[in-house]
Amino acid sequence: MAAEEKFTPQTWPESPEQATLEGKNKFLGFWLFLGGETVLFASLFATYLALKDSVPSPDHALAKDLFELPLVFLMTMLLLTSSLTSVFAMYHMKNYNFKKMQTWLFITVMLGFAFLGCEIYEFNHYVHEYEHTFTSSAFGSAFYTLVGFHGAHVTFGLLWIIALMIRNAKRGLNLYNAPKFYLASLYWHFIDVVWVFIFTVVYLMGMVG
Amino acid sequence: MANLQTNSGEPKVNYEYRRKKSAEEMRMQVVTFTMMIFFTVIAFAAVGAGFSKWFILPFVLLLAIVQVIFQLYYFMHMSHKGHEVPQFFMYSGVLVGFVTVLAFLTIIWW
Repeated sequence: MAAEEKFTPQTWPESPEQATLEGKNKFLGFWLFLGGETVLFASLFATYLALKDSVPSPDHALAKDLFELPLVFLMTMLLLTSSLTSVFAMYHMKNYNFKKMQTWLFITVMLGFAFLGCEIYEFNHYVHEYEHTFTSSAFGSAFYTLVGFHGAHVTFGLLWIIALMIRNAKRGLNLYNAPKFYLASLYWHFIDVVWVFIFTVVYLMGMVG
Repeated sequence: MANLQTNSGEPKVNYEYRRKKSAEEMRMQVVTFTMMIFFTVIAFAAVGAGFSKWFILPFVLLLAIVQVIFQLYYFMHMSHKGHEVPQFFMYSGVLVGFVTVLAFLTIIWW
């Protein structure tokens, strides 16, 4: 099965992301990477939980002074919806419908940018309204490292998906790029997995103390 | 080569069967998504309603874990066959991660 071979919806394999040896290896390697990312984020969560509300003097803002639920709720909905739209994209990838896949990936990217915009607004707000910065306290350092690292993952995911969309725009689907699209969508889901714990552990638990 | 994955002698029948199967799976994904939205709304509502801290903390954590299981097993297809090694990787990661969080919460203080 040559990787560059042209297919029709009828001849397109059932699991195109694992139809070639390269695809199988990427699939396995990527899940190993995600296992490592789990440990990485767990260590950042652990640091945050250990340093939460550790401020040098009482005039520094604490978690429950900073966070506002409506914005976090909006960000959660944006990222959760973008996770569903990337599932739609992979559904069309498996049906060998390149155009629809690109459309849903584009919607995913737009939702990702909306999320990122909210996060930039949020950080800006904390810095200017509350003087809660990376260097203002141990709490600040732990907070921005954890949430900022997730934001960096979102940024990287967006660049990755956009690069794939542009690079393959005129190529269409084949067994060479199907694994690439599939892994990018796995990465995007993983970003949402991390966000579920961020909104729960950092924001919701931060509100109650 | 075309029929590597087929298990029916009739390529057309097999194709239609696959289409139908993946459309059904897609409907399940939408149901999963609806439930995830529902859990999220409940978690935010519980905090907004101002229940006791000792109810909210375990409750929202439980909702998060259920939501992540949905995400991993349905959105990321870990429930499909051929995902034994990914499961091993993820559970190993979760184990190390859990121990890390536990250690930072119990044996470290300032």
